[in-house]
Parts: sequence; C-alpha cells; structure tokens
Amino acid sequence: MASRSSVVRAARQLTSAAVKRPSPFACQQWRRTAQMPRLFTVSAQSKEKKYTEDHEWIEASADGKTYTLGISEYAAKALGDVVYIELPQVDLEVGEGDAIGAVESVKSASDILTPVSGTVAEVNEALEQKPGDINKDPEGEAWIAKITVSGEPAGKLMSEAEYKEFTEEA
Amino acid sequence: MSSKRVVAKLQPAVNASVTRALRPEFAQRLQYSTRTIANQATTPRKLEARQLQPFVRLASSEASAEKPARTGLYELHSKYGAKFVPFGGYEMPVQYSDLSIIDSHNWTREKASLFDVGHMVQHHFSGPGAEAFLESITPSSISTLPPNQSTLSTLLHPESGGIVDDTVIARLPDRFYVVTNAGCREKDKAYLSEQLESWKQKNPDQPVEWNILDGQGLIALQGPLSADILSRVLADESVLTLKSLYFGQCTPATIKGTDVEVLVSRAGYTGEDGFEISIPSAATEAVTQFLLDNAKDELRFAGLGARDTLRLEAGMCLYGHDLDDTTTPVEAALSWIIGKDRRAKGGFHGDSVILQQLKKKSEGGGVSRRRIGLIVEGSPAREGAEIVSESGEKIGNITSGCPSPTLKKNISMGYIKDGLHKAGTEVQVVVRGKKRKAVVTKMPFVPSKYFKQPTTAKA
Repeated sequence: MASRSSVVRAARQLTSAAVKRPSPFACQQWRRTAQMPRLFTVSAQSKEKKYTEDHEWIEASADGKTYTLGISEYAAKALGDVVYIELPQVDLEVGEGDAIGAVESVKSASDILTPVSGTVAEVNEALEQKPGDINKDPEGEAWIAKITVSGEPAGKLMSEAEYKEFTEEA
Repeated sequence: MSSKRVVAKLQPAVNASVTRALRPEFAQRLQYSTRTIANQATTPRKLEARQLQPFVRLASSEASAEKPARTGLYELHSKYGAKFVPFGGYEMPVQYSDLSIIDSHNWTREKASLFDVGHMVQHHFSGPGAEAFLESITPSSISTLPPNQSTLSTLLHPESGGIVDDTVIARLPDRFYVVTNAGCREKDKAYLSEQLESWKQKNPDQPVEWNILDGQGLIALQGPLSADILSRVLADESVLTLKSLYFGQCTPATIKGTDVEVLVSRAGYTGEDGFEISIPSAATEAVTQFLLDNAKDELRFAGLGARDTLRLEAGMCLYGHDLDDTTTPVEAALSWIIGKDRRAKGGFHGDSVILQQLKKKSEGGGVSRRRIGLIVEGSPAREGAEIVSESGEKIGNITSGCPSPTLKKNISMGYIKDGLHKAGTEVQVVVRGKKRKAVVTKMPFVPSKYFKQPTTAKA
C-alpha cells in the first residue's frame, strides 16, 4: 500500500543511493541460496548483535534460543519523531521476512521485518505508552520483540562494523 | 541599527536585477518581475507539502530522471542545515537540523516559521479579457473580487468540472496574480495554453496576456509573531499598511532601507496568521536572510514536513492527494469558493455538473462522495487506507493523514460516501489489515487564527 514502507526505505529516503539497492525480491533469492552454508556456522560469534539491510537488529540470548529484535539507531534517527509502534501479538508465529509490526513517525509508516522465523515470546509493551522512547535508545531499552527460534537466522546479517559501513555508503 | 548593513547587502542585489533586466533574455520577464513589482500583489497560496510522499514515491521519482531544480534559496537552506527531498520537480527542504518535524510544527504555532515556497508557479494574467477568461476556467466570482484581494479557487476541466489544480487568484490594480502548485507545473502550463488558445479564437476582441514569473522568489512567514517580525524589515509606510492588511488581502511593500519592492499577502497554508511574500529573484536571498537576522530567537526555517502536518491540522487540501482531476469542488467540500453570481449564471467549465451537484438531493442534486476529516484511534491512517463500515463494507478512502502534533491525535482527510459525512459519524479505518475506530470530525482540526477584518464596519 502506498503509505507503507519498510524501515530501509524510510532510511534510504535520506540518501540518494536508493537506486543502487537490490530490490527486496533479489534479496530474498539471495537469502535462499545463502541458507545452506549458514547451517554449519553455529558458533559463539553468531550471538553478537547483528543487523539487517532493512535496519533491524537482532541479538541472541545466551542459550541461543531467543532473539531480541529492534530497529537500529540509524533507522530511528532517519524516521524522526516516532509517535506509534504497532507490536506483534505474543505467541504469533512469524516467518523470516514477515512484517511483524510497524513504526509510525510523523512523516511515515515503516514495517518492522523479522530476519528470523519463530514464535513471538515477548513484546516491549512499554513502547505502546511511550513510543518516543524508540528515538532515545532503539538498540537497548526500546527493543521491540523477543522471538523464540527453532534454528539459526538465515538471511544476510551484518556485524556492527559491516552495518556501519553499509549505512555510510548508503 | 542593522538596517544600514542591510542596505549594503540588498543594494547590490537590486542593482544586479537592473543590469540583468537589460539583457535580452530577461527583457520579457523584466516587464513583470522588475518594474511592476511595486504594484503586484502576491497572493501566495496554499501550498503543498507532502512530505510523506517522497518516501512512498521513491519509485516514481527515480523514474523521472530529470534533475530537480533549485529555488533561489537553496544555498541558504544548506547553510541552515536543510535535509532536501525531491518535491514538485525541485529539491526542497523537508526539515532542518535544528528542529524535528514536531518541534518545527510547534514552533510555527507558538512563534513563527519561514517556508520557501519558491517552487510554486507564479503567474500574471492581464489585458481586457483577463477577468472573463479566469471566470471561464474557475467557479470564482472574479468580477466581484476587490483590488488587492485574493481568493482560493480551482482550475476546472471543461465538461466534467474536475479540478485541474487548486490556486489562489489575487486582483492587483492592473492584472491578476495567480499562484499554482509546483507539482502541476507542466500540466497547468499545457492546460492554460490550450484554454487561452481556445479563448483567443472565441474572443478575438478580448486579448489576455499570460506570463509566468520564472525565478521570482516566494516565501511564507507563518505564525503568531509573523506581523511583528515582518514589520521589522519593512519601510515605515509599509509597516503602517500592514496594520490594516487583513487575511486574504495583499499589498506592495518596501524593504526597510532599500528600494526593494515585494508583494505581501496575508495568507498561508498553516491556519496561523502570516504572510506570503513574493520577492524579485535577485533580492530573495537577501530579504530572507534579513528576516532571519531580525528575529533570531523567534523565527526559524521550516520544511515540507512541518508544512504538511500544519496544513492537515488546518484542514487544507494538497493537490494530487486530497484533490485530483476527477474531484469536483462540491465533492471536495470547496463549494464555498463558488461565487454567488456564478451559481446563478454559470458560465464556467463543468458548470452543468457542478451546479447540479449544488442542488438539493430532492432535486436530483448532491454528490456520491464528500471530503471529510477523521480522527483515528491507535495508528495514524495515511493515504490509501480504506474507510469501512461496521460490517466491513468499503465506504471511502483516506487521502492524507498524520499524527497531529497539536492535538496529539491521529488526523486524516479523505472521501466518504455521501450521507456518512456528518461530523460525529463513527466509522472504521483499515491500517495494516486491522480496523481502527474513527470519527468524522469537522475541519479545521485546529482552529484557524487569521487576522480578519473586523465585521463591525471599518468606518
């Protein structure tokens, strides 16, 4: 729908490099092919915070069974004053790439896409009352949801350094 | 104190315009943008801002590969930390680094903001046939429009009465000053050329001269402190004139300490008191800087982001969203722009359709949809969202929407089935697949604070 756009598009809007970006479809294809090798890389390093090209972040719990998901500081800054956050319902089953909620700022509505499949275990209800908190601490207190996963995240994920580079070249 | 410096700053600009005017390529424009600035009126117009759109429109803005133009204030915007987006064929500031959109919005309602609206298209129509020509393409009563007075109007398609563009038309002593939307520039040009051609053929004895004021600056000073701030940069006699310049009126004015003539219209697109100021190209930047320098703690630049939330709160339409080629003024809740004499006699494009729509339902009149305001619970409802009934049947659609910084509620504008348009009607709006409660609400959402002529005689 016309008035919806992903966080990535919102963030892109601040830059002029949008044209160069792969379309979501291209991305998904890529994810599928990338899935296989990833199965073998279950290691401690996968528990560090990772970022998506759509400007979400995920971080695994110590046991690796639950991932906390939020939007990046870059995205929060790009969106501006956030006035409403639509959270997913607890127990909702979600698939990789699904829109599980949305962030509404004065200027736009942006979907929150999950890079992991699983079940929503917990949502940050405090954001319903104080959506503006997401502008203050998007990668900490203002996390969005926790998702219990059955496997490893499959799509393209970036380390903090890679993500930083990604947003700088954008 | 600072006026001396300003003279120094402005004077070269003025001189520059004179030399420029001598060059052949400027000769034609000169006549309109330099010599006559003194008695032009500017009516600024309503604007459009749609900030939201650039987001959504990425695809199409990529498609039109043409390089966006820049207004004469581009450098100044950059200096003040503007973030630019493509809009109406121009690179326009959407916001500035000093204030968020909400802060900028509130700043406008509490103090004053300065908007660059130089991307809008300013026209002059003159000649013996100008008045009748404008009456043929708009439903406004141009013949009863007093000098130095402006009116909101619409350019209409022949037959259908659909809106080609919305516009503000001002009568200056010797011509009409018309401002149209930047986004409709090419469409309007084609339309006006065609209409003038056909006018010429039918009325060879009533010539109309049409000129577009390319490069002429246009800024909007909006907010409760606007009159105070503007007074600081005007020559004494112009300051006096300002005191009795009411909403909808315009006047030529002189910038203090210079001979720069601008056209000041008490108008705007925010619902606040304010002015739109049409400035000769060469002096636009200097005059704008002069304003900013004279109100350091009160005046800030504001961009398209705040402009959109402000105009929505004020219940004003944005062409291409709340109005389009298929909408008639009656459907758009703009019947008030149709002049009394025009209702009786017609004689404008689409008059048979529009006058029929104005009639009572019992006489076969009315419309099937009407523009309304809505307050929506939960999530903001933006353009494209459907309005549905309790049973889920589609009864309308949203054309603009945002969270209102002033009301702290979600406001939207849209079209709804006739009969359901009364204030207080409860409906639902579908956002991300979920129905949200909404109530039809009178517009403006935030009461306007125009500086109106006292109704008790001005004798």
